[in-house]
Amino acid sequence: MLYPIVVKRTLAPGVRLYEIRAPLVARKAQPGQFVIIRVNETGERIPLTIADFDREFGMITMVVQEIGFTTKTLAKMEVGDDLLDFIGPLGNPSKLPDSGTVVCIGGGVGCAPLYPQVRALGEKGVNVITIVGARSAENLILTRELGRYSKELHITTDDGSEGRKGFVSDVLKELIEKGTPIDEVIAIGPMIMMKVVSGVTKQYAIPTVISLNSLMVDGTGMCGSCRVTVGGVTKFACVDGPEFDAHQIDFDEQMKRSAVYRDQEAKALERLNCGCRNGH
Amino acid sequence: MSDKPKKKPLVKLKRPMPEQDPHARVGNFNEVALGYAAEDAIAEAGRCLHCKDAPCKQGCPVEVDIPEFISEIIEGRFDEAADVIRLKNNLPAICGRVCPQESQCEKFCLMGKKFEPVAIGRLERFVADYALEKEQSEESPVKSADGQGRRVAVVGSGPAGLTCAADLARMGYQVTIFEALHKPGGVLVYGIPEFRLPKQVVQAEIEYVQSLGVEIKVNMVIGKTLSVDELLGEFEFDAVFIGTGAGAPRFMCIPGENLNGVYSANEFLTRANLMKAYLFPEYATPIRVGRRVAVVGAGNVALDAARTALRLGAESVSIVYRRSREEMPARLEEFLHAEEEGIEFNFLRNPVRIIGDDRGWVTGMECIRMTLGEPDDSGRCSPVCVEESNFEMKVDTVVIAIGQSPNPLVGRTTPGLEIGRRGTIVANEETGQTSREGVFAGGDIVTGAATVILAMGAGKKAARTIDAHLKEG
Repeated sequence: MLYPIVVKRTLAPGVRLYEIRAPLVARKAQPGQFVIIRVNETGERIPLTIADFDREFGMITMVVQEIGFTTKTLAKMEVGDDLLDFIGPLGNPSKLPDSGTVVCIGGGVGCAPLYPQVRALGEKGVNVITIVGARSAENLILTRELGRYSKELHITTDDGSEGRKGFVSDVLKELIEKGTPIDEVIAIGPMIMMKVVSGVTKQYAIPTVISLNSLMVDGTGMCGSCRVTVGGVTKFACVDGPEFDAHQIDFDEQMKRSAVYRDQEAKALERLNCGCRNGH
Repeated sequence: MSDKPKKKPLVKLKRPMPEQDPHARVGNFNEVALGYAAEDAIAEAGRCLHCKDAPCKQGCPVEVDIPEFISEIIEGRFDEAADVIRLKNNLPAICGRVCPQESQCEKFCLMGKKFEPVAIGRLERFVADYALEKEQSEESPVKSADGQGRRVAVVGSGPAGLTCAADLARMGYQVTIFEALHKPGGVLVYGIPEFRLPKQVVQAEIEYVQSLGVEIKVNMVIGKTLSVDELLGEFEFDAVFIGTGAGAPRFMCIPGENLNGVYSANEFLTRANLMKAYLFPEYATPIRVGRRVAVVGAGNVALDAARTALRLGAESVSIVYRRSREEMPARLEEFLHAEEEGIEFNFLRNPVRIIGDDRGWVTGMECIRMTLGEPDDSGRCSPVCVEESNFEMKVDTVVIAIGQSPNPLVGRTTPGLEIGRRGTIVANEETGQTSREGVFAGGDIVTGAATVILAMGAGKKAARTIDAHLKEG
């Protein structure tokens, strides 16, 4: 069984949306979960968070930032091409509240896995305040879709080219200082963003959930590559997460662990770029 | 049956099996043991005493008729020998390589009382390889028809699952195996390295099982993609066999275990074997092996990891084990191979802390010396720390190989399935019956981490029970 690319769309420079036909995965998929893909026979297994799903048509949506060898190889594939392996849905579904006010924060490509959560919360009638951040206006994704299910949508860019100049954490601080009653914060984005957000909410004891996109091989609890220290105890992001209580996470350890294969990745990319390997 | 062969002079020692030279083999991933040629096999088979009560048979968990296949080898009838083995063992080329024969069939061989036992494992391997090489052109084996189109789902395509599936297919059942990874074989493909068990051999054995009519679906994580209840419900299977193995790595829970450069043996071996990281960057999966590697533990998995590290270019590889050489769980043959290749063995040492730099990379491992105290529950002497004997090993990679636990995914998602204290699925070890009607289990998921052949034995017993159960129903 192969897994065809049905839709491929560019959302921002180096960020593409793919819809993959995988009926058995779509049948069970829920917000917060992820899939493992392998593009071809020599390919690596990488985890990608589910950005959306359509049970009726058996489709899974993923938004992929082209940063590594596999994601760049994927970018060279076209509609009608097949992924060799597609496994999921893995990890635990998000535990979303049924009422109250939730601030949903998305950084860069993190807005994609945030979207199904915002939608589910919005549909439940939860008061959703969404804050999205990106380096620049061109890097913002899914703002319209997020806005549709949010009571408020705040946009920040590092360079001020759209929304306000600054970081998502600036807006969050203001909301808190204004006295906005916040029951929970959900933050998905770069590790440093989640760390800063977690630091802010910890001061005010606001429950905060983040989603890890750790390195994985199998995604089913076999390898332990996705180890994370949560409240002083080692957990596996694949089977215990990928969402965790932000205030318990050792972010510094996670940042170091995410750099394990930086040298190898550079070597692999060199090979991809010099053209001695067909990326498909 | 042939007439008993004529009496021959006793040959006291096993006929040696050719091996790759240790210096050459640490530079490649090719198989270490090269196997008998036909004349070796006939000569070794000639050492069999043809004992009337065949004590060797009681040592075989899958009940292979050992004297019978040895007799066929003596006559040069290798196809017939293969048929005798296959009657009971669906994966002989694998068993001939990785079974601990010294504690099973060969342990009971009468020759072994005074001299070396007959090399039953090497003979099995020879016959199986001979058959696999010839088999390509042959037609599928005949199935009996009493399965009446009943359908059985097998979860996991490791030794237990493959055996159970093959036996059920022979009985005429429609069998589908669900495998979580992208390639079938379980520990045979992700765990045991190429140099000990070539993946081509595993592939050929799996193709044989498929030729019996077994369907294999990969990328199916039971407990996630589908549940056991769905298999029995809307997917209309009449019974489910769970053989999901012991795939969850154990860690030591010491400081520094999450530093970069610390691997579970599972991850290290999976990257190297399943993902072929030793062919990086041709294969995209990276692995990082530093210059000095410590492997914690001394079972077969630890030795596999150590020898893999050496082949991946490590300058020195040390096994660190808290007990002594005598208690080491690895097979003697594997220990000797590892020693020949230059693996260092540090017995009676135990890590207390892994040390890292400010970038989060391993720079050393602090250990403490141990001494042996009183025997524990397992009968092995329990190790005791020697106070203030701490010392630091300069290493940049640490592989933790202290054992695996059962994977909890199926247990957690199957209501009514009784789970044991250590996360195993509770099942009758003779029948494989679990606490759920129509659900059977066997192999490491029931016993905790054990051997390939014991898992196969459990798969075989469960197939028999499932057959009886479905005939009743």
